[in-house]
Amino acid sequence: MSESHTHPAHLAHHFSDVEQQRESAKFGMWVFLLTEVLLFGGLFMAYAIYRAWNPDMFYNAHKALNIYMGTANTFVLIASSVTMALSIRSMQLDKRKQTIGFLIATLALACIFLVIKYFEYSHKFHVGQLPGKYYSYTGIKGTNPHIFFGIYFGMTGLHGLHVLAGMSAIVWVLIKTVKKKFSAEYYTPVEMVGLYWHLVDLIWIFLFPLLYLIG
Amino acid sequence: MSEAVAEKNYLNDPKGWKSWVFTLDHKRIGILYLASITAAFFLGGVFAVLIRLELLNPGQDLMGPDTYNQIFTLHGAVMIFLFIIPSIPAALGNFFLPLLIGAKDVAFPRLNLASYYIYVFGSMFAVYSIFTGAVDTGWTFYTPYSTETQTSVIPMTLGAFILGFSSIFTGLNFIVTIHKMRIPGMTWYKLPLFVWALYATAIIQVVATPVLGITLLLLIFERVFSVGIFNPDMGGDPVLFQHFFWFYSHPAVYIMILPGMGIISELIATFSHKKIFGYKAIAFSSLGIAFISFLVWGHHMFVSGQSELAAMIFSFLTFLVGIPSGIKVFNWITTLYKGQIHFDTPMLYALSFLFLFTIGGLTGIFLGALATDVHLHDTYFVVAHFHYVMMGGTVMAFLGGLHYWWPKMFGKMYNHFWSVIAMILVFVGFNVTFFSQFILGSQGMPRRYYNYLDQFQPLHAFSTIGSWILGAGFIIMAIYLIHSLFKGRKASDNPWGGLTFEWATGSPPPHHNFKVTPKMTHGPYDYDKVLVEQTDY
Amino acid sequence: MKAKASDHSAHILPLRIYLGVGFALFILTGITVMISFVDLGGWNVTVALAVASIKAALVVLFFMHLLYDNKIYLTIFLTAIGFLAILIIFTMFDTMERGRLYPEKAKPIKPGAAIYEREDSLSSRSVDTTKTDH
Repeated sequence: MSESHTHPAHLAHHFSDVEQQRESAKFGMWVFLLTEVLLFGGLFMAYAIYRAWNPDMFYNAHKALNIYMGTANTFVLIASSVTMALSIRSMQLDKRKQTIGFLIATLALACIFLVIKYFEYSHKFHVGQLPGKYYSYTGIKGTNPHIFFGIYFGMTGLHGLHVLAGMSAIVWVLIKTVKKKFSAEYYTPVEMVGLYWHLVDLIWIFLFPLLYLIG
Repeated sequence: MSEAVAEKNYLNDPKGWKSWVFTLDHKRIGILYLASITAAFFLGGVFAVLIRLELLNPGQDLMGPDTYNQIFTLHGAVMIFLFIIPSIPAALGNFFLPLLIGAKDVAFPRLNLASYYIYVFGSMFAVYSIFTGAVDTGWTFYTPYSTETQTSVIPMTLGAFILGFSSIFTGLNFIVTIHKMRIPGMTWYKLPLFVWALYATAIIQVVATPVLGITLLLLIFERVFSVGIFNPDMGGDPVLFQHFFWFYSHPAVYIMILPGMGIISELIATFSHKKIFGYKAIAFSSLGIAFISFLVWGHHMFVSGQSELAAMIFSFLTFLVGIPSGIKVFNWITTLYKGQIHFDTPMLYALSFLFLFTIGGLTGIFLGALATDVHLHDTYFVVAHFHYVMMGGTVMAFLGGLHYWWPKMFGKMYNHFWSVIAMILVFVGFNVTFFSQFILGSQGMPRRYYNYLDQFQPLHAFSTIGSWILGAGFIIMAIYLIHSLFKGRKASDNPWGGLTFEWATGSPPPHHNFKVTPKMTHGPYDYDKVLVEQTDY
Repeated sequence: MKAKASDHSAHILPLRIYLGVGFALFILTGITVMISFVDLGGWNVTVALAVASIKAALVVLFFMHLLYDNKIYLTIFLTAIGFLAILIIFTMFDTMERGRLYPEKAKPIKPGAAIYEREDSLSSRSVDTTKTDH
């Protein structure tokens, strides 16, 4: 502010240098990711406890999930993680056009993920494999299979919301990249969105075997 | 700011209501929080007085059982979610954390402002629920009742969910600020102890609050879809809800008390004019309390039907909390020993904290013992215990901090005489109100009932009278504090002779906190090396 | 200042690391799906979670740079995992151990409330719970 020597435009006044600002952002992001892990943690706990109480019902109910769609989605999300990481790498090398390409690829893969998820959901809605009192399917043996679908929809639904949030964040950094707001000097927001996106991937990496592969 | 040529400070520079509504200055956000939590405290206090009034006589006088259930729920929910959790960290912490570490602001000023507006937004949900039938579950929202009751549980839980975000953002901001924004030379062991306490608090806030978030989401999910996770009609387990809930809410008790302990460390050192005894022990006991707080939540569930193994483990671990708490109390008392003690109003609050928190803490040990708890569970003994910790501890510390930093925040001194009167009324009123409840509880008076047996009446009446004394104390406090803003004597920069950085800047501080960036020339409690005098006595 | 900033971006990982890690993640996904079709008794969950943990470690260490960054970030991440473990394990001290002293505690809170209760015979799978078979 009042200091005479030139400051980069992206340096906020209360930080003394760019390095401090960048590390603060990263630190904050990691603490935020910690809260995300614990948010999902509650659902993982519900899963663990009901699964331990009803192993047979969980086994029977998981067969109602489409393992091929689940696997496809896993591949899609991992690929999107790779493109996200590469977009940051291109930014570090100051290859802005490449960054834009990789960000668009990440968005496209995220869309594919949601489309596949949509087909899975609509099938379940159709046959009545729904949570709680809306459950009307009769083909699954075991006690209270509606609990499995409650947990399934809770976990994948919350994850889906995170995919949507991640996509909005990617669109935001994409626009700023197009507007040449970032360079190899300053790309912290892209990096932060990348960390968030990897976390979304990370959660799916656990959701997938727990829900689809419990054989 | 009645003076003709007012000095430029954060209060008058920049001007205009917009500069307040969109402010990114941590000091102004702290003031906004202070105003809001005061309003919440007033609201919760009115509910408390109504509860005590109903309990003056046995039978129904003021309200019926349903209204009573709603009123005590609102008292709990407002006091906990709207007042006590944000009280010290978000109001005083926000204002003083950057000052104490010599920074210009917190690490993320926009997030800080966002956390305030999220708080306001969440509070609106809570207030909305009052007008749409209120909530009668108790602030704990226990299932299965909370999935069945016809009252507006969803707005209230959504409100608490949103308030959780506010709390997380404050905690996140503080952690990063403490790690990254300290001035050069301020090592971890030169941090003021209030900062250590805020750090430990912030850790709990970011770790525990997300679990509350998912708990409340699942509760809403359960009410809307009957998923069967908590609802026994659908094969769910209501005790599981209590695990979810207390994993947050027990550590949340330490979100409330830890910053209070931090303030007490500051007050005791400043007003004894003596180097704090056992600096590292106090600092690490804060972290120790933060960690142990995550291992003891099951002691709320000894009679809920959890397994005997879990009950034993939780009971054992509960006793461990006594160790770091005891370390703190011993160190504070040892700091007093041979100090030059000044009995100013903040110090009086600090001393009453020592007295009341010790009672609250020790009765907590009684309740943590399995067999004793079976007798005392859900009686007034529990009510008295947590009011001794929450009000005798946190609120006393908050009031101490408020009186300690008031001259710094507003540049004005309050009336010494009336502040002592108010302090005495609060102390006496508090003890009259709640000590009688220990006796009531041990005689078997259950909590959360609008009616009681005739034999309990004398103590109930005693307690109700105490609530009036307490109320009178707070009214006097409000009057002289507001009076001081307009007519108060101008405060000097360092009225109490403190050594921490906030006393090295103006009262009130300028917009960017310090005119000259402060330098680490001495530790925060080096009264043995630096000569400072109390200028305002 | 610029020297400092560029100093930091010297951390650029070679392309082959990203592609290699991505490839490894694909392979591991394939493996875990294939294993899920084989009945390993009680070990399927263990294997599936082990593979998932390896995949997660790859993502965290390489994509999220924890291997190269300041170790404080790794500490934060492990803190999250640690507290999550406390939450789940301590709750299971209750849910898995009910009924040791008073057997009625092991029963569901309201027997008969289950809406899809059926006696089914999947006894081939090991059933070791207090809750399912009532």
